Amino acid sequence: MRPYIREKKDFTFDEVPENTSFEAGYLTTVNSGWRSIRPVINSEKCKGCEQCYLYCPDGVISIEDGKAVIDYDFCKGCGICAKICKIGAIEMEAERK
Amino acid sequence: MANKVADSISREEFFYGHKACAGCGGSLAVRAALKVLGPNAVSVLPAGCMSAVGFNFPQLCFSNNSIISTFAGTASMLTGVEAGLRARGYKDFTAVGFAGDGGTADIGIQALSGAIDRNDNIIYICYDNEAYMNTGIQKSGLTPFGAKTTTTPAGANIHGNIRPKKNMFEIAAAHDIPYAATASVGYIYDFIQKVRKASQIQGTKYIHVIAPCPTGWGVAPDETVDIAKEVVDCGLWYLAEYENGEFRLNHKPKEFTSVEDYLKKQGRFKHLTDEDISIITASRDKKWEFINKNFEL
Amino acid sequence: MSKKFLSGNEAFAEGIRLARPQVISAYPITPQTIVVERLSEMVEDGSLNAEYVHVESEHSALSCAIGASAAGARAFTATSSQGLLYMAECLYYAAGGRFPIVMMNADRSTALPWNIYGDQRDSLSQLDSGWIQAYAENAQEALDLALMSYKIAENKAVSTPYMANLDGFILTHTYETVEIPDREQADRFLPPYETDNRIDFDNPKNMAFSAGPDTNYIFKYKEHEGVLAARDVINETEKEFAEIFGREYTGLTENYLTDDADYVIVTLGSIAGLCRETADKLREQGVKAGVVRIRYMRPFPNEELAEALKNVKAYGVLEKDISFGNEGTVFTNVNSALKKAGVNVPGYDFVGGLGGRNISPADIEKIYSDIEKGTDSVNFIGIGGGNNGK
Repeated sequence: MRPYIREKKDFTFDEVPENTSFEAGYLTTVNSGWRSIRPVINSEKCKGCEQCYLYCPDGVISIEDGKAVIDYDFCKGCGICAKICKIGAIEMEAERK
Repeated sequence: MANKVADSISREEFFYGHKACAGCGGSLAVRAALKVLGPNAVSVLPAGCMSAVGFNFPQLCFSNNSIISTFAGTASMLTGVEAGLRARGYKDFTAVGFAGDGGTADIGIQALSGAIDRNDNIIYICYDNEAYMNTGIQKSGLTPFGAKTTTTPAGANIHGNIRPKKNMFEIAAAHDIPYAATASVGYIYDFIQKVRKASQIQGTKYIHVIAPCPTGWGVAPDETVDIAKEVVDCGLWYLAEYENGEFRLNHKPKEFTSVEDYLKKQGRFKHLTDEDISIITASRDKKWEFINKNFEL
Repeated sequence: MSKKFLSGNEAFAEGIRLARPQVISAYPITPQTIVVERLSEMVEDGSLNAEYVHVESEHSALSCAIGASAAGARAFTATSSQGLLYMAECLYYAAGGRFPIVMMNADRSTALPWNIYGDQRDSLSQLDSGWIQAYAENAQEALDLALMSYKIAENKAVSTPYMANLDGFILTHTYETVEIPDREQADRFLPPYETDNRIDFDNPKNMAFSAGPDTNYIFKYKEHEGVLAARDVINETEKEFAEIFGREYTGLTENYLTDDADYVIVTLGSIAGLCRETADKLREQGVKAGVVRIRYMRPFPNEELAEALKNVKAYGVLEKDISFGNEGTVFTNVNSALKKAGVNVPGYDFVGGLGGRNISPADIEKIYSDIEKGTDSVNFIGIGGGNNGK
């Protein structure tokens, strides 16, 4: 479970809360547009050691079936994962726009 | 290939979709700590980087109960949250604060000192990126000697910040706090272990975690973890705990890596002369003399 | 019901005990100290079941109260003067977050020069902070406001913090016989605090967030509506209060002999009693004098003032305040109310009591006579008009 993207982004007068309190983990925009480079997991090499998962500042890496998986909606392309991966299972590639 | 540390913390993400700069060390510290503390953590964050990037209605990036405090009010709001929840009969929760270096060592030090003095049952985590980064890299009380910031420019007359950083860890310890620790996001296992330990201790807990800011430090976004490791390896930071009135060193580098290499990698230290670097090295050696004398290993 | 001989501070503390706050965070400052001393004793002797937090500053006092309120607890703090100014940031914060905290403020002069005595420059400087502001005249009203305050502040439509102001020393330290309601009656009047504006482990919240230009103005409009909603809620609450406790209050203002008055003093706080006595004396001499006591500065009694003053020949505002370079803030507010209602009668501002300076019966008589004869727009009691020096 993690905060996720909601459909409702715009709030009318009546929908704006009466106070400064609102549902936790309510996301309306992604961060994918920030990237100029993207991490790509080499599933052959990845051993699921979870170093990249632990050190990702944005928490966008999870482990599925023993391999790292990246949520590209929220990855900013910082490259920490590629650097931390001692077996070279993550490569940074240029974003194609 | 199981990772015991990864298995020991929550698989949920409690700080997600935030607008921190790529490679932000502060957001890594907040993320990791919340995964240790779990869904019943109530986080208090003052005006600063982490609140600015995480709480813009309707984009709200904490999935646990979280609230922004005034800049000076991290600890005092934590106190109120803890007292209020306790008064309402809640027992199973952790009140945790995440404040930056300025919010902790400068404007928030009074409230922090008050909370420690009262021994309120809270965890206070200072993510130290060594300047007021949210407002555009101005000097704080935790900016190290020699660092260039936008208010300590490096020129012919003055070479950046002229004062060393305050030692908040020892300031917290001087209150005879139940638990205080230093950490670095470069040693995330150590940090995770300290947050867990703090969550099991009654009273006030203070953890000071070095959390590099690639934007303010002048390093590439992918350098955050490496530089946070290197600051420990070269001896300019240390991993330690204070508990039961005793200091303990958690990690003693066999041999320090080069201070000069650490400094010269960063844009904020590029201007330093050999003399500046020897001042920094000498102050490191003096600090370690103190550590070796007074800290258990 | 019991009767006790109490100071204003002590009476307020008794009212707070009956209101059952769950968290009290306060920092001592003269002349507020006695209220927090009494509350500490009540916590110690078990007659008040609250967390008493010994904060290290007024900023922390209110910041802590905000945290407690965000946790869903009923919170109380008290301050005065420099302390109120020191916590000013948190005043706006509490109001913007719609946290119905109650605070007692012992009205006191602000430095420089240093002075511990009563005037109202501290609280009146914070009129724009978004708090309901009440001004008590005597110890009984102080106690009753303490009990009513939470009911008004916590009303869903209001959800606004409440500042009860007591004139420093003149009210906070003056003893009178006060009726103290029974615990059962108080509990019937004021139920426990219920709110959605709180930390919730079943439905987690992100609170006290930022809001950009697209919605910020809506939050501010709703904050404004909350304070305005207090107008009706104050009246309803006082009606219910009278039914249970038998004491009646009159909403945002209290009029005295205004129905046929030619000359009226508009004032607030403890000086109103002396104004009424003087009005009685002048009535005996054939002068149709009256008094309007403003009980609430926020929400402001625009309609009430226009109604009370529409047929007078002239009025004066007597206030312990000056907005330097202009006039007293109460005067500005009163004039605005009359202008909006199309009431066009001469009015004069009388600034007195600064730094605790005594306002004598003769001073009040002179004010009435100045109102009748006409005088400068702004007059400093004991000095003269604002433009003519001494």
